[in-house]
Amino acid sequence: MDIRLQSVSHSYGETEVMRDITLDIPSGKIVCIVGPSGCGKSTLLRFIGGLEKPDQGDILQMGEPPRNCLNPLTYIFQDFALLPWRTVWGNISLVLEDHDIRGTRAKTIIQDVLTRTKLSDFAHALPKQLSGGMKQRVAIARALAVNPAVMLMDEPLSALDSQTRELLMDDLIALWTRTPFTAVYVTHNLAEAVRLGHSIVVLSRRPGQIREIVTIDKPLADRSYADADLEAQQKHLWDLMRDEARAADAELINV
Amino acid sequence: MSDFTKAKSVRFRGGGFAPKSHKGIGLVAFIVLITLAEIGTRYGYISALTLPRPSDVLATFQQLYETGLLWKHLLPSLSRLIVGAALGVTVGIGVGVLIGLFSYIRAGLVPLVAAIFPIPKIALLPLFIIWFGIDEGSKYALIAFGTFTPTVVATYGAVDNVDRTLIRMGQSFGLSWFSIVRKIVLPGAMPGILSGLRISLAIAIILLVAAEMLGAEYGIGAYILEAGSLYDLERLFAGVVILSVLGVIVSAVIGLIERVLLRWRT
Repeated sequence: MDIRLQSVSHSYGETEVMRDITLDIPSGKIVCIVGPSGCGKSTLLRFIGGLEKPDQGDILQMGEPPRNCLNPLTYIFQDFALLPWRTVWGNISLVLEDHDIRGTRAKTIIQDVLTRTKLSDFAHALPKQLSGGMKQRVAIARALAVNPAVMLMDEPLSALDSQTRELLMDDLIALWTRTPFTAVYVTHNLAEAVRLGHSIVVLSRRPGQIREIVTIDKPLADRSYADADLEAQQKHLWDLMRDEARAADAELINV
Repeated sequence: MSDFTKAKSVRFRGGGFAPKSHKGIGLVAFIVLITLAEIGTRYGYISALTLPRPSDVLATFQQLYETGLLWKHLLPSLSRLIVGAALGVTVGIGVGVLIGLFSYIRAGLVPLVAAIFPIPKIALLPLFIIWFGIDEGSKYALIAFGTFTPTVVATYGAVDNVDRTLIRMGQSFGLSWFSIVRKIVLPGAMPGILSGLRISLAIAIILLVAAEMLGAEYGIGAYILEAGSLYDLERLFAGVVILSVLGVIVSAVIGLIERVLLRWRT
């Protein structure tokens, strides 16, 4: 299932936040969206998942999601959004209960996603007992449990320290290499974008418009920490963004 | 620069402002106060008219227990408290959740709740007697009404404070409205609801006594009123002690519920 954004524009009152964004998200690829703060990257992601409605333009689902897919558009949030009163197991079963998946069927799914995210030993821990990286792994496991057609990742690693971030990036790459998934990955971190993105969409500052789409052909599995090719790409992205980021930083906030 | 003769250790200035649990100190405070009163009354520093002797109060209490009057007074009081508070708290939580979830209900009911909150409910007792009869009905109604308003306010405040990102998460996974309320909103509001319950139930005890003072044959309120009008300070204090113990028990029960239901909290 592909996603197409067709000339999406949006304003919050007087402030125009997004102008004429047209973008294709091909199935089986990770599309990263980068841009200076306040360019509407997270808003765009909320549009794609149907949590907010744009003023103009359409978000189109091209084709049908796979048959066993419970929740085609599934988010992974920056702040994990785990229910603190449920265990790791309970947090995953939460999203299955509404689809009437209980008992052994639920058990099979939960055990499978816990194994894939290396969480099997923590099934009965409460979120407060877990580190940030573990919590985000739980959120990834929860997202995998509903077998999404597209994963919508809103700065998923931004709340983590840099070592944990490296570890989780490796995990995400391993997950993708095993079974390629479609993802829209919003981040302000260019290093994450060049590590995980098949294509990188650079947005301008408010009102957000597409400045450039950079494609990186190197396979995800071959990309590694401090890779010279990637460094060059990252520098290119930074050159595109530097002035905008500076201007965005100096802007008064009156949204 | 690094002259060790002039070195001095950095003065510690952190510490404090962090509540710690000190078990037993509360009990010590009670014992010290009661011992002082006992010594004072025994040696005549405090006249018997100012304060009854604690050991006499204890003797009165024992007498109350042995004659069976204790249960005769306590049981009707407890049943009034339980029925009235259960009614008020249940309706209060229900209305509070509705206010928290629906903006029309909020717009309509919040001013109404604000209007009835400050009314001393005891002033309405004559009205309740006309509406619900002189018997138990009016007492249930008074206690229910008195616990209702603080419960409503605590509950809708607690629902407002539920983490919105968790609700967005529920929506993004396609959970039904009912599931979101039951599995996200209610557990998320539970800490606020329970701490509101502490206040509501203390108010319920106050109203229980007030209602019994105005018209009851048996009950702790009636017992205290009778002792008070006779200036029988020992019996008066025995009654007051029962109320205090009741308050401590209620608070302990809520503490227990909190420990079970809110184990997930840090």
